[in-house]
Amino acid sequence: MVQQSLTQKLAILSDAAKYDASCASSGSTRRDSRDGKSLGSNEGSGICHAYAPDGRCISLLKILMTNFCIYDCSYCINRVSSNVERARFSVEEVVKLTIEFYRRNYIEGLFLSSGIIRSPDVTMQDMVRIARTLREEENFRGYIHLKTIPDASPELIAEAGLLADRLSINVELPTDASVQQYAPEKDPAQIRKAMADIRLRKEGAKERSFTGKRPPRFAPAGQSTQMIIGADGSNDAAVLGQSTRLYSSYKLKRVYYSAFSPIPDSSANLPLISPPLRREHRLYQADWLLRFYGFSLDEITCATPDGNLDLEIDPKLAWALMHRGLFPLDVNTASRELLLRVPGFGVKTVKRIIATRRHRNLRYEDLTRMGASMKKARAFMTARGWTPGALLDTENLRAKFAPPPLQLSLF
Amino acid sequence: MTQFVTIPKIGAAGAFREKARRFLNEGVPPEEITWGGAESPRGLFDTSAEAVSTKPIRVPRSFLSMAETVVWHSDADRFARLYALLWRLKNEPHLMSDRGDATVAKLRMLEKNVHRCQQKMKAFVRFREISEPNAARRSFAAWFEPTHFTVEPTAPFFQRRFADMDWRIVTPDVSAIFVDGYLRFEEGAERPALPDDTSEGLWITYFQNIFNPARVKVQAMTSEMPRKYWKNLPEAASIPQMIAEAPARARKMAEAAPTLPPARMQKVQAGLADHNSAWTGLPEEMLQELQSCTRCPLYSSATQAVPGEGPEDAALFVVGEQPGDQEDLHGRPFVGPAGQLFDVIAQSAGLDRSRVYVTNAVKHFKFTPRGKRRIHQRPNSSEVLHCRWWLGQELDRIKPKLVIAMGSTAALALTGSGEKLLSRRGSIETTSAGLRVLVTVHPAYLLRLPDNNVRAEATEAFRGDLVRAVREVSLVAT
Repeated sequence: MVQQSLTQKLAILSDAAKYDASCASSGSTRRDSRDGKSLGSNEGSGICHAYAPDGRCISLLKILMTNFCIYDCSYCINRVSSNVERARFSVEEVVKLTIEFYRRNYIEGLFLSSGIIRSPDVTMQDMVRIARTLREEENFRGYIHLKTIPDASPELIAEAGLLADRLSINVELPTDASVQQYAPEKDPAQIRKAMADIRLRKEGAKERSFTGKRPPRFAPAGQSTQMIIGADGSNDAAVLGQSTRLYSSYKLKRVYYSAFSPIPDSSANLPLISPPLRREHRLYQADWLLRFYGFSLDEITCATPDGNLDLEIDPKLAWALMHRGLFPLDVNTASRELLLRVPGFGVKTVKRIIATRRHRNLRYEDLTRMGASMKKARAFMTARGWTPGALLDTENLRAKFAPPPLQLSLF
Repeated sequence: MTQFVTIPKIGAAGAFREKARRFLNEGVPPEEITWGGAESPRGLFDTSAEAVSTKPIRVPRSFLSMAETVVWHSDADRFARLYALLWRLKNEPHLMSDRGDATVAKLRMLEKNVHRCQQKMKAFVRFREISEPNAARRSFAAWFEPTHFTVEPTAPFFQRRFADMDWRIVTPDVSAIFVDGYLRFEEGAERPALPDDTSEGLWITYFQNIFNPARVKVQAMTSEMPRKYWKNLPEAASIPQMIAEAPARARKMAEAAPTLPPARMQKVQAGLADHNSAWTGLPEEMLQELQSCTRCPLYSSATQAVPGEGPEDAALFVVGEQPGDQEDLHGRPFVGPAGQLFDVIAQSAGLDRSRVYVTNAVKHFKFTPRGKRRIHQRPNSSEVLHCRWWLGQELDRIKPKLVIAMGSTAALALTGSGEKLLSRRGSIETTSAGLRVLVTVHPAYLLRLPDNNVRAEATEAFRGDLVRAVREVSLVAT
């Protein structure tokens, strides 16, 4: 076989990595290289260094160590039954790419994932070796995200957590049954156990020893996971139910939803569809409502009988339209909890409303300056000089927000 | 009389602060000052040597942080706007927290513009290597065109990040130069000619391949990476072609028929059967069976089934309700708060914990998620009955002299009746299978009792039950 060049390998292995949605580089420990002996910094908030035309940010060098894989997951481009071209990076190549890209300010760090070669332990060992080389030999203080292999031995995961900022394990699909169907070699119970193990190690690393010494921090930017949406038949209620369980059980930082996207060389088990991008977007909105707006799962999923979110309007607006009796709310008196339920008001807007109304009564114009989306909010609130009047009760209120109906083509 | 002031391009924040303090001390109202912008070069501003008054001025901290950002905006009236607000703050100190005020809102908008410009500078500066061969430190240079005067406030970020190399960021207005650990600013310059860089080619390869042609969202890209930055981004040149080819690539993927798996697949899959991961392989077959139990739906949300624990020849067999949050994560019974309370009381009752077998009536944790917590939920009778299968196996294996049922779920699982626990508490019931079951409360019940006296009483009764159990099996700890 002809030796592949570094450019060819990079093309194959970044192409193989693009189905992972996460590219976050935020929320880790603050550190810098002012001592002049090391490279890199992390200041809490992440930086998106570029955007691809798919609208996704490029913050990290997101690559696979290798796309050889012994598993046969139907939805994955790298499954063993796929005829995609294969490549493998050496440890030194990944380290060199990361450092040279970082020095040119292209990236915040590395997101390393891998197909499973030989055995989970062997693969994980190589990934840990890359992270160790970056940290110890190159004195790299940028961000490292390691995609953990759930079947790898706990000692390797323990070491990975000390070197990386974030660990993640993909649950892949919303239900155990669909994982068994489409990813027959993966074991949902094993994935949950590995996530539990990461949570316990992270919590264990917070406890001081009897001398008051703090142990090194374990995966300071937490753990995350990813679910593929639209490959199996699960409805949104099942998806969101799974993610609330994951957030509460393993204290995940994020659950990423990834619309099932066509892959070159598809599997006969899983026909290709065009990716349900809007559904993915609505799921993220619902996820935010659950975590930051005090919504419960039933409140979001009860809006439609089939347990799927309304694709035309956002879940908060859908909820508000179903509970018009609660509105309009007076922005000058309503509680924070209720203000958060007004469509068009975000967490920041509500904070500003509350800070300002300590001094004076709010008018409609004030709200436009506070960042509220008044096109949505106006029907659901009153302020000085503004009342929605009959607007709230109009029958076609939903139609004002939904995209206009499309005329079907006759031919 | 109007006073003219010019603020230099480099060091604007400090200069503005000093001037504003002087004017405020002297009581000069905003309409009597004309502020000159950074257009005038350094040294041309009025060389007023008047004594700066040192009278302290009280200004809200939030104004200071806002002013230190807004001074870098390209808006010609930025200094006048800031001073006008400062003047008003004398009498209306609460103004800073009024998000509806038009003056403050405008300044906040300028502040946001500068923050965004700084953020984009951190993101979009692209260095090229200009190291001399055999130099001790590597050196890099970049040409950048920010919208506002953001080089000076953003340079410390690059200093913190790239301290082990020399770098310079050249812009039309101000250039930041970092050599041998020292940062300095100079007047702006023309676009320098930078040598080609091999890593840039790799970066463009990466950018082209990380893009998924099946999901084109051009607007999402341009809203975060506006076209005005493209001319200085090496990867941006390939964007038009990537967008143009995307629909055809997506169509090709959809039309391509599924292919047959490669020949090596069978060999690889055969090899897969041999590998054993480190976490399975528990010795007894039963434990493995238990982990893959799907007899009731609880398995799908719990982490793992939690088997019982204790010596195989234990005379005393304690049954709790179900694993809690901690038990679920650790995979071991009785390690959470209720389990710890049980340990304490058991010890004071003279029970040797290491000689007791402890387990739960239901092996998976049942809960409802609420925010970042899992709220325990009592298993229903169907789940309890389904899980009796495992409890039965454990009882058959251990063959204890006495079983302690803690709480109504355990009582239900062992005796078939979960009724009126408190009236049955302390009694020994014999099941149809001839098993002797001492019914008592669950330690979690003790933790939940709000009244101290009631709790002390109930704890005492619970300890009494344990003492009785110890006597029954004559298992007094030495």
